[in-house]
Amino acid sequence: MLSLTLTVFGEFLMKMKIRKLILAPIMAVLFTAGGIAVTHAQELVVVSWGGAYSASQQKAYWDPYMAENPGITIINDDSASEGVAKLRAQAEVGNVTWSLLDAIASDTISLCDEGLIEEIDHDSALAPAPDGTPATVDFGELIVSPCFVPNIVYSTTFGYRTDLVKVAPTSIADVFDLEKNPGKRSLEKKPINNLEWALLADGVMADNVYDVLSTPEGVAQAFAKLDGIKDQVVWWTRGAQPPQLLADGEVVIASAYNGRLFSAIEEEGQPIAMMWDWQVFDLDGFVVPKNAPHREEVMKLLRYATDTQRLADQAKYISYGPARESSAAMVGKHADLGIDMAPHMPTAPENAKTTLLFNYEWWADNQDDLNEQFASWIEQ
Amino acid sequence: MRSKLPPYTTPTERIWHYLFRFICGLIFLFLIFPILVIVPLSFNSVPFFTFTQEMLTFDPAGYSLRWYEDFFTNLNWRGAVNNSFIIAIFSTLIATGLGTLAALGLSRRNVPYRTTLMAILISPMIVPLIISACGMFFFYSRVNLQGTHLGVILAHAALGTPFVVITVTATLVGFDRSLIRAANGLGADGVTTFFKIVVPLILPGVISGALFAFITSFDEVVVILFVGSFEQRTIPWQMFSGIREHISPTILAVATLLVLVSIALLSTIEMLRRRTERLRGVRS
Amino acid sequence: MANATATSSEPITTADGTPLKISLARALRRDKIKSLALVAPLFFFIGLTFLFPIGDMLWRGIEDPIVSSYLPRTAEQLDKWDAVSGELPDESTYEALVADIKVGAKDKLITRVGKRLNYELPGMNSLFRKSQRNIPRIEEGPYKEAVIKVDKRWGNVETWQLIKTFSPTLTTGYFWAALDLQVTPAGEVQFQDEKKRIYLQLFWRTLYLSGLITLMTLILGYPVAYLLATLPLRSSNVLLMLVLLPFWTSLLVRTTSWIALLQREGVINDILVGIGLIDTENRLSMIHNATGTVIAMTHILLPFMILPLYSVMKTIPNSYMRAAVSLGAHPFHAFFKVYAPNTVPGIGAGGILVFILAIGYYITPALVGGTSGTFISNFIAYHVSVSLNWGLAAALGIILLGLVLVLYILYDRIVGIDNMKLG
Repeated sequence: MLSLTLTVFGEFLMKMKIRKLILAPIMAVLFTAGGIAVTHAQELVVVSWGGAYSASQQKAYWDPYMAENPGITIINDDSASEGVAKLRAQAEVGNVTWSLLDAIASDTISLCDEGLIEEIDHDSALAPAPDGTPATVDFGELIVSPCFVPNIVYSTTFGYRTDLVKVAPTSIADVFDLEKNPGKRSLEKKPINNLEWALLADGVMADNVYDVLSTPEGVAQAFAKLDGIKDQVVWWTRGAQPPQLLADGEVVIASAYNGRLFSAIEEEGQPIAMMWDWQVFDLDGFVVPKNAPHREEVMKLLRYATDTQRLADQAKYISYGPARESSAAMVGKHADLGIDMAPHMPTAPENAKTTLLFNYEWWADNQDDLNEQFASWIEQ
Repeated sequence: MRSKLPPYTTPTERIWHYLFRFICGLIFLFLIFPILVIVPLSFNSVPFFTFTQEMLTFDPAGYSLRWYEDFFTNLNWRGAVNNSFIIAIFSTLIATGLGTLAALGLSRRNVPYRTTLMAILISPMIVPLIISACGMFFFYSRVNLQGTHLGVILAHAALGTPFVVITVTATLVGFDRSLIRAANGLGADGVTTFFKIVVPLILPGVISGALFAFITSFDEVVVILFVGSFEQRTIPWQMFSGIREHISPTILAVATLLVLVSIALLSTIEMLRRRTERLRGVRS
Repeated sequence: MANATATSSEPITTADGTPLKISLARALRRDKIKSLALVAPLFFFIGLTFLFPIGDMLWRGIEDPIVSSYLPRTAEQLDKWDAVSGELPDESTYEALVADIKVGAKDKLITRVGKRLNYELPGMNSLFRKSQRNIPRIEEGPYKEAVIKVDKRWGNVETWQLIKTFSPTLTTGYFWAALDLQVTPAGEVQFQDEKKRIYLQLFWRTLYLSGLITLMTLILGYPVAYLLATLPLRSSNVLLMLVLLPFWTSLLVRTTSWIALLQREGVINDILVGIGLIDTENRLSMIHNATGTVIAMTHILLPFMILPLYSVMKTIPNSYMRAAVSLGAHPFHAFFKVYAPNTVPGIGAGGILVFILAIGYYITPALVGGTSGTFISNFIAYHVSVSLNWGLAAALGIILLGLVLVLYILYDRIVGIDNMKLG
């Protein structure tokens, strides 16, 4: 009991940032006097997306790293979907507790602009490819912001219940067509992707989508299209929800990250199929918050988790494409199921007939405005 | 249960009587069924909250201990269990200590501003949790308590004290003050009187108040979401994120275990209540 | 005590010679101080850990330091500018703006101004992001032209009006926004743009759904409480456990089980389909909407209705009903005329308790409410942790708190705080 009191009290003093003064020696005495082992393992809090995705990272990155570095414990905080807001709040409050954050590309652009995450020297901080190619070349254009270390290419696409839809949807227009396919749908509670899809379903050409969205009329057009299905939509906020909603039969069609659908279909054997029309490619990667705890350990971890082998390993557990060119060649079979992973990748030619290239810059500039509009629109 | 109907009841009354019992039965079912239904679901073999075909046909393949195993091996849950106990124990100690003192003070005669004081002291119970949580988040951020164990413990202690104040005051309501005078008159000093006379009488109130305070902290999820951060994650914190973020039936396994805990707690409280009544000589 | 001294002309004294009156008063004061000393630790504890935070929230609802602290020079210049004149500010204001942005851009702080103003006018965020990147490159004047070249919105009067409106360090803006109102540059209060009006509707929905939930708990709780109160104690104690078990079971456990029960392929729909009441295509949508919120919250709050009703009904003697019936009243008539009026205090207590608890609910609506079943608390949480519009969150919270306090006073009038019973 005494030791608990001291731990709690000690932690408070450390948070007060006065330990560097006189308190450090006093506390040292207190701790030794209490006979408590304070040398417990360093805990690195890694923030990611939960569910099947976190599981794949656990197996491909964190478990092997912890096995090699017994002093380190890596803990998963699954709140990446509120990552940007929470990190802003942590910075505002001056209490950053996250060591590493997994975030989508456009978010990292704004976080970098706001000075909330560290700029990274990719060539020195990251491992080169096995043949010596420097990281900047190996990742190539996927490094979209100086703060960003990409790890996967994923896509947001659609899954549907094979046994519950009237006819299998084949195009994005079917998602918005309540007559052809009655029943509830699930979309992400964010304007991103939904506005693009609404315009595509409304007949706007893919090349013009962002031009149209840059005008108030274009935004209104997109919302008007969404209005058509609004009361049939269950909004999801976490990547794990759409597969769950589909599996529960709560909705018949849902937008979802392709890897989550893969896991529900192949690993859990749910009666769900993919609809790849106008899948939206996006990047996901790691960023290091400014003033992150255990910075040195984090940089080591980052170097390890984004090397060629690790990125290739992740593709054994979930159908996301590794961000390194050198890893792409190493993608093989699923670790447990033994099926070929290549045809399940969003980039497979069969799946990538119509794809929308996600415009990170455009969203970095506009997402706060549109988020606001979207939040009001949903409540109306 | 089956109370005998008097012989003079008319058939209509008889029908009404049984219909009424039936309706009440349905309402009890509504109360209990949702709590029991999660038990079988927690043995699900797929990661969804649904009864699968295999489960309904009692196929052993549809059942597994997968989620219980996850609960006992997963680092996140282990941390959550530790935190839950640390936070609940400390906040209960604070709440019980301060609450009991205040209740003793409030129960004395001639307390000035009694109603106002009482209103202020039990205000954490009245103010909606979301508002307390919001205010605490803002204020604790300013004083560097946000995201610390101490911050969460203080917050939970504040939420728990009204229960202690109320339960202890309640045990003191029927308290016969002449007992203290009698003790003093017989030569006992203040300390002896307190421990020999007052403590045994208020003890049930203190214990049940402490239990309320403990459960308040143990079960609390709104304030911890705001005032705590990942390092302070408690079982409810982890369950909330479990429902929202990764939707794993591990939370059903945890839920089943928690139902067992609440049955145990409930029995404890019931026993205490009976003890008080016996002590007070209330015949039921 | 006073009577004893009032009648005698000679003051009665205690053994040491002090008049009894003074001695008594002294003892009384000592007694009071002693009582207060016992209460004091908790009083200060609650003050520091709880009342201060509530006060802080009130403060956050009116403080607005962003614009004045990151654009101090600009704010000073704008003070002299006539916002309703329809003309752009002068060159010196633009110069001040460039100077402010140059300072703030070093630590990338200018985006914060954009975030703050974006709550009021969408588009401000991207304007300030762009300006943070490009304005520091402006080397020399004329600044007006150069700044407008960076982004043409700097040539709009509205942009400047907005900055001027939010330059003071205190604002009532959040409270207006929480009521779907806004202040124009000319100082008039008017309704927000129709697309942004959501809070009044949310307050109304919160009150309406809470009322509905209260009514449901009353309808379900009344018969149960009546049964408990009229059964012999031995059997009613067993049944009481069935009421207390949900009361003691974690809120999240109960919410989780309602998710499992109510979803389309959940237990209830399965049963309904199984007994042929509905076909499988027409499964009911009972979750992710207001229905889900009402059902789950009725279940969760039902014990809070049953317990006060039960404690009131227990005190009504059975003989009342028997007397009425033996005097010739029909049992139903007797029930409504004799028994029911006696239970009114219980209905009032349970009703207000459930209603107060319901309007502040957050977890259950967040998990089962979808969009049509969310409460104002969910928006408070949204502004605290997602949009980070803390001022608006505080304002919404204070309004909600005000509502609760009014209800609480009502509760006190009807039942009295002291009579609050637990389980």
